[in-house]
Amino acid sequence: MEIPYAVEVRRDTGLINGKIGIWLFLASEVMLFGALFASYILIRTGSPSWPRGDTMLDVRLATFNTLVLISSSVTMVMAWASLMRHRFETFRMYMGATILLGLVFLIVKYFEYSAHIHEGAVPSTNNFLAIYYTLTGLHMLHVAGGMAVNAYFWGPGAKLWKTNPEWFTNRVEHSGLFWHFVDLVWIFLFPTLYLL
Amino acid sequence: MSEQAVVTHAPHGAHEAHHHEELGFWRKYVFSVDHKVIGIQYGVTGLLFLLFGFSLMMLMRWQLAYPGAALPLIGRIVGEARMPGGTIVPEFYNELGAMHGTIMVFLGVVPLAVGGFGNFVLPLQIGAPDMAFPKLNMASYWFFFLGGVTMLASFAAPGGAAQSGWTSYTPLSVIAGSGQTWWLVGMIFLITSSLLGAVNFITTTIQLRAKGLTFMRFPFFVWAQFVTAFLLLLAFPPLEAAGVMQLMDRVAGTSFFLPSGLVVSGQVIQRAGGGNPLLWQHLFWFLAHPEVYVLILPAMGIVAEVIANNTRKPLWGYRTMVYSVIFLGFMSFIVWAHHMFMTGMGTAMAAFFQTTTMIISIPSVAILTSLIISLWGGSIRYNTPMLFALAFLPMFGIGGLTGLPLGLNVADIPLHDTYYVIAHFHYVVAPGTIFALFAGIYYWFPKATGRKMNEMLGAIHFAGSFVCMNIVFMPMFLVGLAGVSRRLFDGGATYSFSQPVLHLNVVSSWGAWTLALFQIPFIFNFFWSIWKGEKTDANPWQATTMEWAAPSPPPHGNFLETPEAHRGPYEYSVSGASKDYVLQSEA
Repeated sequence: MEIPYAVEVRRDTGLINGKIGIWLFLASEVMLFGALFASYILIRTGSPSWPRGDTMLDVRLATFNTLVLISSSVTMVMAWASLMRHRFETFRMYMGATILLGLVFLIVKYFEYSAHIHEGAVPSTNNFLAIYYTLTGLHMLHVAGGMAVNAYFWGPGAKLWKTNPEWFTNRVEHSGLFWHFVDLVWIFLFPTLYLL
Repeated sequence: MSEQAVVTHAPHGAHEAHHHEELGFWRKYVFSVDHKVIGIQYGVTGLLFLLFGFSLMMLMRWQLAYPGAALPLIGRIVGEARMPGGTIVPEFYNELGAMHGTIMVFLGVVPLAVGGFGNFVLPLQIGAPDMAFPKLNMASYWFFFLGGVTMLASFAAPGGAAQSGWTSYTPLSVIAGSGQTWWLVGMIFLITSSLLGAVNFITTTIQLRAKGLTFMRFPFFVWAQFVTAFLLLLAFPPLEAAGVMQLMDRVAGTSFFLPSGLVVSGQVIQRAGGGNPLLWQHLFWFLAHPEVYVLILPAMGIVAEVIANNTRKPLWGYRTMVYSVIFLGFMSFIVWAHHMFMTGMGTAMAAFFQTTTMIISIPSVAILTSLIISLWGGSIRYNTPMLFALAFLPMFGIGGLTGLPLGLNVADIPLHDTYYVIAHFHYVVAPGTIFALFAGIYYWFPKATGRKMNEMLGAIHFAGSFVCMNIVFMPMFLVGLAGVSRRLFDGGATYSFSQPVLHLNVVSSWGAWTLALFQIPFIFNFFWSIWKGEKTDANPWQATTMEWAAPSPPPHGNFLETPEAHRGPYEYSVSGASKDYVLQSEA
């Protein structure tokens, strides 16, 4: 059985199902991270002392990672735009770049984490580190999830391009929306945790 | 997949050739992507969990009626660790309390009301062939199933299942035994499930409604589910965040909810501290108040359908009800702290939250009043669904009105955490929502199976349940007003002030056990009617909404011809028509 409006736009709403679905999902994600940011504010304002982020964390690495994620958002858009222009090979290249940049982000994060743990700065040390590990950890899970989806579209999922290019392009667009959201969360995380 | 089922709205492209092969047993009944099968899976699992949660409560009722007395037979089955010599130990009582609440809300009522009825009825009512994302729908059920298994498995954890109440207040829950960790993991599964479900419901409602089915032509049930889905979508993630933080507190040794210098068993605990125990309460109730409306809105939707059908009249004030339900959904996000008046939040905050709480009662009353006025002048058919729907109105009314004193800061302080609160919310959920769910089961059973449930057994089930529910919960108002606290292991036996009301505990308990007996006709009726019930046609209740235009039971893909909506949802007794109902899809 075939679900209507999976590919073609419903005329009165002007949307396909997946587009609504991904935006609803992102709305719930906003509530998830919103609750964590709200908790951060409450715990920080209620605590007698709070370290400045740059005294505990490496701002240079995080700045580098910010640039990496922003670049990956650009390559993500390029990947989608290539599909819109029916250039599948260019899509492959840009999508591959997006995945690799995500990987670079995770590797840098791994070095950050291991350096902290080596110094004995673990989640139980204080609440600054607790919220740091929770927020960045959850964000890393999102990065890894986004990479998995992108890797699927780069690899086995790309078969759909041959049978239904329009549908495939839509899927990549929705995956891109998620990827931009993950990027956006980091753009809030970076100043909140590293600079303030 | 059957031949007739392949008719859909707008076929496109030849690349998606229709499959005609028969699906195997596993794909058809277990890992099905058909919204009707998933709805029935949700419904049956939810009913089983309701029965299990009810059994936990019946054990608690023994301890409350006869504190310290040995329970014959069952005591021996439960085992020496939890019931030595047949008497319930306090830790086991706490387990029962926490798990009764958790199971009833998250594994019983919500899966049945939203997962069950939402999945089965909503796509049919809007004339859709299925949900917008069928695979996601299947995933949603299996996440729910995993969550349920995790919760059940937690009883086998060292130290038993969660014991900190269904609210899991910190810091108690952080220092509790390992069952709490299982509870948190189970909750994360359940939240994932309802998130996927909510995305699916909203998308389906917006995108897959039939041609001509404008929003103001939706049956009220669809509106109720639509608003409910938004509540689930936006209110659950903060609890997920809170759950992750509590998990960090328990597993990684952080101190999100642990204040500095917390003393446990006479010793200061070795933690960094600096956390805020109230943060948990805020995040928890930010979910759990909208959750109250997740419990009640689908019930209102079911009752509206049954009442319109059995009064043979359009609903009175349909528009008012729709605007009320939207307003209710919005307001439910800004009333949560009325659960926290006892925390000393300060008068300014308390004034804000008690004002919003009073405001939210207005749309609830508007909906209930519309439903009551809808009865006026109708030639009412008293079949089983209608009996349950009619009982819902006063029962929910009692539950709602007794909530008003709890919404006022000053009145809440003496009543908070007493049996009065227990009586209040059980009137909303048990003889309220659960009666509506029973109405729904009797009402849509012919659609799911092609057979009707037995009316005689239904009437016995109804009469017994109605009387017993009131015997269980009415005395609790008095016990609560006498000041007996809700989580006492012995029902207040050790306090002198509670002596005059202790006998009421016995009344409630016998009411509960008798209530269980009156569920037997229902269980028998349910299974008997699947195979032996009276056969029916597609529209046995002469109803107007579109699910009755599909065959009973509907094939995969639902409708033989793609339906179109030509009129409003409740065209009963239209003058000049040849019969007293006109299907929404009738041209």
